[in-house]
Amino acid sequence: MKKRQKKNGGSPMDPLRQSPSRSSSRASSPRTLPCEMLGYVGIEAVLDQLKIKAMKMGFEFNIMVVGQSGLGKSTMVNTLFKSKMWKSTMPGLGVPTPQTLQLQSVTHVIEESGVKLKLTVTDTPGFGDQINNDKCWDPILGYINEQYEHYLQEEILITRQRHIPDTRVHCCVYFVPPTGHWLRPLDIEFLQRLCRTVNVVPVIARADSLTIEEREAFRHRIQENLKTHGIEVYPQKCFDEDINDKILNSKIRERIPFAVVGADREHIVNGRCVLGRKTKWGIIEVENMAHCEFPLLRDLLIRSHLQDLKDITHNVHYENYRIFRLNESHVLPRGPGWVNLAPAPVSVPAPAGPQANPVPPKVGGWAKDNSDEEC
Amino acid sequence: MEAEANSGSPEDSWAFIQRPGEGCRTVPLAGHVGFDSLPDQLVNQSISQGFCFNILCVGETGLGKSTLMDTLFNTKFEGEPATHTQPGVQLQSNTYDLQESNVGLKLTIVSTVGFGDQINKEDSYRPIVEFIDAQFEAYLQEELKIRRLLHNYHDSRIHACLYFIAPTGHSLKSLDLVTMKKLDSKVNVIPIIAKSDAISKSELTKFKIKITSELVSNGVQIYQFPTDDEAVAEVNGTMNAHLPFAVIGSTEELKIGNKMVKVRQYPWGTVQVENEAHCDFVKLREMLIRVNMEDLREQTHSRHYELYRRCKLEEMGFKDTDPDSKPFSLQETYEAKRNEFLGELQKKEEEMRQMFVQRVKEKEAELKEAEKELHEKFDRLKKLHQDEKKKLEDKKKSLDDEVNAFKQRKTAAELLQSQGSQAGGSQTLKRDKEKKN
Repeated sequence: MKKRQKKNGGSPMDPLRQSPSRSSSRASSPRTLPCEMLGYVGIEAVLDQLKIKAMKMGFEFNIMVVGQSGLGKSTMVNTLFKSKMWKSTMPGLGVPTPQTLQLQSVTHVIEESGVKLKLTVTDTPGFGDQINNDKCWDPILGYINEQYEHYLQEEILITRQRHIPDTRVHCCVYFVPPTGHWLRPLDIEFLQRLCRTVNVVPVIARADSLTIEEREAFRHRIQENLKTHGIEVYPQKCFDEDINDKILNSKIRERIPFAVVGADREHIVNGRCVLGRKTKWGIIEVENMAHCEFPLLRDLLIRSHLQDLKDITHNVHYENYRIFRLNESHVLPRGPGWVNLAPAPVSVPAPAGPQANPVPPKVGGWAKDNSDEEC
Repeated sequence: MEAEANSGSPEDSWAFIQRPGEGCRTVPLAGHVGFDSLPDQLVNQSISQGFCFNILCVGETGLGKSTLMDTLFNTKFEGEPATHTQPGVQLQSNTYDLQESNVGLKLTIVSTVGFGDQINKEDSYRPIVEFIDAQFEAYLQEELKIRRLLHNYHDSRIHACLYFIAPTGHSLKSLDLVTMKKLDSKVNVIPIIAKSDAISKSELTKFKIKITSELVSNGVQIYQFPTDDEAVAEVNGTMNAHLPFAVIGSTEELKIGNKMVKVRQYPWGTVQVENEAHCDFVKLREMLIRVNMEDLREQTHSRHYELYRRCKLEEMGFKDTDPDSKPFSLQETYEAKRNEFLGELQKKEEEMRQMFVQRVKEKEAELKEAEKELHEKFDRLKKLHQDEKKKLEDKKKSLDDEVNAFKQRKTAAELLQSQGSQAGGSQTLKRDKEKKN
């Protein structure tokens, strides 16, 4: 059976932590004889059976949006899913800015053509808003690892549920402010840490403040930045299965990060009703490829790669977490809290890089974990 | 830190989507988003993974198991018919790669060889149960590994067990009942009446009723086709009433009308395999492959495998909660086991080391002995050599003495002769000399 290939030579950082190699030649498969069928048997009906089962079960998708306030995260989510997931937050005059990073999750069930999707959006207001933003990624990493932990707990039960509810974050959309210059140190730090734990899709937010040329230049610089720092964003090169995937994904990788504009108001343009932002000098149509790359983002996230995002989360990131967790269980000293599966694994030092500094364990148990994970 | 995650509460077990009242509201969409392609994405991913399906055929020798498989999958699988002289029941497993349009299927057919041939059939079911358990065990081992490759793993667990019933027309044999009872909790059992062209229609109905009632009265749970999904509920429901299916297998073809049809030819008529009036083969194929393959796999994984896993883990000593009702840590038990295992390993290592030391000692002793022997030999040889040398020297000495004596006599004789010749008669001397020479 054809599975994902991992090119083992491509990990720059930690040779000890590698994702399970997904090679297509498996030692455990028996000797098989190819057989010719002389007539129609009906094996392909299993695809319909799969579809029926999937439609009955419904799908789950968990997405996290990260970025500074004012970059249009909530609007973007509303635009992506064409519904009022969030009220666009505009801080009123008397509302104090949150002092610490707080994660907020909201879950909705949306249905289209009989397909039910349980969508969970996690927002991160307060990210990067403080004066000292050191370690502001920790709560986010902690949340992601906590979801992995929940899943692991469910999986290792003796009597486990038929369908383990999947709250793991499948995709993290990172909003880069449209400075037009480079990625900021905060962005780089965050992306470095997160790309090992979760699928990260960076986007250039509020791209209507950049002209087309500025956008292209900015995009190239960001791509260079990402390459220099060894940040592998989704779709990761090491998971391309075959030549078709490679071609498809390279096209996507050329355009990452997408320059997007979010809008949830409709306007009339040339007799059509479009979603857009109205300004004095024109209307920016969100779904017009000439204006912004929102359709690309939407297609990537929803129409073509949703299942793939979930697969990589389940097969790679979750497995890495599980390996880490099961390996370190005999390293942790037995303390009073040992019988309950230890809530706070000790943080492993940050990935080797120019900003390497080991993160000390946080007292008071927000499970966070900086495992060096490779994709 | 507050994370208001509404999903994932442990009370949801089943169709979580159906009950949006637990804090997720259904939100109307203002336009086309596009996630209705999700089932297609899922299907594409499954296609690239490939499918695998494992069938176990249990039945006495000669009931037509291999022929039925050939007929079901429209192909000729390799193999020869088994003899009746097997000493015990063995399972033969073969894997085949089938491809139909873009779907690749790895089909494994496991057949019992020698089932029902022995005189004492008490243990006939055992190899079968052991085989099924071995497949579950392999999967469990893979799942429990730290570094595991579950998505790459070739699933060898048996998804469907076709139990071939001999067409006596009366009732089930006791061997059948015993075996099916042992198998029903481990695998999806689908009983079928083999070689059913030996039974007439009226006998068949009676036979089926008898079989079903016997199964029910003995508490054997055979696989029921699922009726909870509206799409297939009706079809499955009617099929459930026809269990067990009476099938005929054949690979011979005959032209009837203008189609090639699989048949069995008799002097009194021709039995068409795919004719629903003649036998239930088409129903079996529909149910097994075209409608319920996925359900069979799911039942195997979520029911039978979970049961096996639970029993096995409990046996190994894992628990979910300990007496203080605090959640028990799997890690703790893992660690205890690991320590035990390490202890054992250490003991073994010690033993091996001791054995090694002993062996070394023995070898040393042997070598020392050999060395001693060598020395002794050397000494002996040396002594021998010295003795010989001494003898030789003695001999030489005596020879020298003799030579000296001879020389003395010679000089003495010469002296005498020279005196004699001086006195007179040199001729006599010459004559003496000549005589002497």
